[in-house]
Amino acid sequence: MLVAIAFLALGVVAALAGAAVFTVSSMARATYALALSFVAVGLQVVMLSQNFVGVMILLMMMMEMAVMAVFMVMFMGMNPALMPMSMVHGKRASLGTAGSVCAAMVLGIVLTPWPARRGAPPPELTAAIGRELLESKMLAMATISPVMVATIVGGVALALRRTRYDRYGDDLERPADDPQPGGVGR
Amino acid sequence: MTLQTALVIAAALFSIGLYGAISQQVVVMVMMGLELMVNGVMLAVAALWWFLAPHPSGQVLLLVVIAAMTVEMGMGFAVATVLHRERRVDMTDSATDLSR
Repeated sequence: MLVAIAFLALGVVAALAGAAVFTVSSMARATYALALSFVAVGLQVVMLSQNFVGVMILLMMMMEMAVMAVFMVMFMGMNPALMPMSMVHGKRASLGTAGSVCAAMVLGIVLTPWPARRGAPPPELTAAIGRELLESKMLAMATISPVMVATIVGGVALALRRTRYDRYGDDLERPADDPQPGGVGR
Repeated sequence: MTLQTALVIAAALFSIGLYGAISQQVVVMVMMGLELMVNGVMLAVAALWWFLAPHPSGQVLLLVVIAAMTVEMGMGFAVATVLHRERRVDMTDSATDLSR
């Protein structure tokens, strides 16, 4: 009973913090609200006995929100903790769409005759997940790896100010044109 | 603690994120909306796994969802950086080239 109440309370915190992201008056507060929502969901995942994934969500999202806060400060060009702002378009249509989607999903959840649980979780779940990842689901993980590498390469290529074409020209054949020449004796 | 409770919470998170993703003007705020949507998906997958079929292989799907989220963040921030560098803007309304 206590666990059920705690789970529900965390759910309410997650939803309210999620709503706060778009209602608080500053970007910094919005970032912290999102972090709080992720922490609540991470704890809920831990309560669903998925300790490994739950703790991973907690650690990953805290770092991600810290990075996001830095980007906020970089791009907004002001002190994001002090500036009240509301920058939305089509607020009424957006609210209507989101409300309709939520109502449809809740209706589906309530009306669906959910099947009974099949099987029981293994006693050592984290070890079982480890074995699963390194044995039968190795291909899925091995597929994610190049996607991650492509993301890193794509992110760096997009974010670079000067690429090799700026340095060596369109045909990549002229000598490097750098604002600060490198090498010995520069 | 039932499957329905968890799924309703996940639906609420997804819908709030959807509102943010389609209503916000700042690119980073749109990304926050997308993050919130994935947050709901993560909770739904975790709950479905626990309440319906708690076999370890189902956890791999959750890890794939988390990986998709990191890809979204990485590429989203890279695009936001390019947009800001090229046009000095951080609003989606100033980057509607593909909608014309």
